Amino acid sequence: MKQIKLTIDNKTIEVPEGTTVYKTAKEMDIDIPVLCYMDLKDLNIENKPGGCRICSVEIEGRHNLAPSCSTYVSEGMVVRTNSMRVINARRTVMELILSDHPKDCLICPKSGTCDLQNMAIKLGIREIPGQEYAEVSTYRLDTSPSIIRNMDKCIMCRRCETMCNDFQTVGALHAVNRGFQAVVAPAFEMNLEHSPCTYCGQCVAVCPTGALTEVDHTPKVIQALSDPAKTVVVQTAPAVRAALGEEFGLKPGTRVTGKMVTALKNLGFDYVFDTDFAADLTIMEEGTEFLDRLTRHLKGDREVKLPILTSCCPGWVNFFEYHFPELKDIPSTARSPQQMFGSIAKSYFAEKIGVDRKEMVVVSVMPCLAKKYECQRDEFKVDGNPDVDYSISTRELAHLIKQANMDLVDMPDSEFDAPLGESTGAGVIFGATGGVIEAATRTAYEVHTGKELESVDFKQLRGMDGIRSASVDFDGLEIRIGIAHGLGNARKLLEEIKEGNSEYHAIEIMACPGGCIGGGGQPLHHGDSNILKARTKAIYEEDEEKTLRKSHENPYVIKLYEEFLDKPMSEKAHQLLHTHYFGRKKKVFEV
Amino acid sequence: MSSVKIELRKDQVEKIHAFCDQCGNEPGELINILHRTQEEFGYLPAEIQEVIADKLALPVAKVYGVVTFYSFFTMIPKGEFPISICTGTACYVRGAEKVLSEFKKLLDIQVGETSADGKFSLSCLRCVGACGLAPVVLVGDKTYGRIAPDDVKEILEEAGGARTRGQGD
Repeated sequence: MKQIKLTIDNKTIEVPEGTTVYKTAKEMDIDIPVLCYMDLKDLNIENKPGGCRICSVEIEGRHNLAPSCSTYVSEGMVVRTNSMRVINARRTVMELILSDHPKDCLICPKSGTCDLQNMAIKLGIREIPGQEYAEVSTYRLDTSPSIIRNMDKCIMCRRCETMCNDFQTVGALHAVNRGFQAVVAPAFEMNLEHSPCTYCGQCVAVCPTGALTEVDHTPKVIQALSDPAKTVVVQTAPAVRAALGEEFGLKPGTRVTGKMVTALKNLGFDYVFDTDFAADLTIMEEGTEFLDRLTRHLKGDREVKLPILTSCCPGWVNFFEYHFPELKDIPSTARSPQQMFGSIAKSYFAEKIGVDRKEMVVVSVMPCLAKKYECQRDEFKVDGNPDVDYSISTRELAHLIKQANMDLVDMPDSEFDAPLGESTGAGVIFGATGGVIEAATRTAYEVHTGKELESVDFKQLRGMDGIRSASVDFDGLEIRIGIAHGLGNARKLLEEIKEGNSEYHAIEIMACPGGCIGGGGQPLHHGDSNILKARTKAIYEEDEEKTLRKSHENPYVIKLYEEFLDKPMSEKAHQLLHTHYFGRKKKVFEV
Repeated sequence: MSSVKIELRKDQVEKIHAFCDQCGNEPGELINILHRTQEEFGYLPAEIQEVIADKLALPVAKVYGVVTFYSFFTMIPKGEFPISICTGTACYVRGAEKVLSEFKKLLDIQVGETSADGKFSLSCLRCVGACGLAPVVLVGDKTYGRIAPDDVKEILEEAGGARTRGQGD
């Protein structure tokens, strides 16, 4: 490719043709501030509408300042990123953006992690001239089971729109109206609840302001913890331990499993359990279902549906219910680990400790916002009492710990409680893309062939590519596996199935980039995909350190079947651990 | 933006599909398709936007985004007697604003809206080339010149004999 020579801030550099001024400057360690721009390199997601103009630079020979994020280099270009003209203009742009932005930073849920606030700090904004003339937005607040839209705080960066449309292909959000009335909204400005939104939370994960935030369940958790009549049980998802430390200043990829358990015990939870236990249980059910379908398929049963699709990810479940209702009998009927846990906690475990399910509160800590919606679904309630009462995100747990005057960094390690805290490495890797299917493969292989695996590491299933395929040799039988993360990638595999061209026996799908480690409830990555990679690494390290790495070897899972469930796919297992799906697409005039 | 709920007949859906087919079902042709559909139906209610979105495999939110961005597109059907008030320079300086306020008051609607009985809708336009008659008001294809706020009531009565808020006062 042709090399282009240019000068930025008196330094000369050569870069390939087609590079933007912003990226060139970044290579030279010149940090041009950006607001609407977002680049998640490893996932091929780039948002550069050139709308906010914060990244403006001066280019010699051009009359106007140029947005560096969407201006491409040219031969002999001379760029100034810090001339007084640029600095002045940048301040003016920021003042204009702030002129109609609410000033309630003190009580804003994004305070402290807000890109807009940080920019105001960086630019040293102390007054906003003319704000008394600014029209202030008073858009109605939209509260869904998972996500809150506060459009008064929207700066129209359109990052959420990029995630929702280009990456997820969900199409729930789009810029509507114009001028001061412009907002990002679902069709006909209906509430999120009546849109195709899957609650994946990727819009929240990239929103630079408090316009999109999660529904905060921490007050309800505090209320439950302070009620002596309640037995409060907590479960933590695998991806949480790989990211929680970031909220306390630890390096991305630092595992804080033991510290997190101590913190939860100190917060007053009666039992600190692990969703990984339920992940192992999921493998028992989903793996058995897969082998059952596979065996029938091999015997020539044309009724049986293959490929089987994983069903752990509630964002993904919402996606196919809305966008592919005709495929709703293809995914595994196994409930997600969160729901399996809740169901077992409020039946088997509640019986064991002699507590009525109504007196038990199950809290889940999840890297996910769709889990908040999932635990409210009617299928997961018994006489109106939900199996999982409240689902809080990794970020919300960090807030809880900080409120209780604890610093996670200094915590000693503790172990999860028994019996629902025991897990294998297979349960841990649920947190990363490819992990569920790898865990299932470890168990399905041994059950199907009756032989012990020489190595449990199926490295061909790991990686960050959006769509991956691999083959696993089941003792002479080739099992073809597909993996997708990101719903746009999932859509491609689903279109193949719809057209009858799918070559796979089993497919794993996760809605979020990198799987749960990149979930909408995780500490904000601020566009740095290296953080996602570090979390993935942490997950696989934890797996390697485990003595037991195959779900069917979890002693407490074995005991659960012996004492309570009988065997995988038994009638009781069906009742407690499986579910069914609905077509959700409605015409607008039906809502 | 508020909308009127309708149920589309099969032949109407087919007509919209035909517009899309003629444009090769290209998402890039969305604006053209919206133009032709609005020409046919007079406005673009939610149901029509859904049909177009489905056909072009676009999110409805995107179609709605385009409809609300361009002021030419409307989700409200025009009244039986569409009223347009010229707010071009000549009409403006000769009091078009006051005439407009009078229309808003008597019809109890804003610009871009249609009266509850479906008779009148109100819009503004820029210069009809009759500046000598400023301020100018168009009702359907009839032109009224040198209009004062006091004439508004008469214009409405002449056009539709409609009951306005002013009547009976």
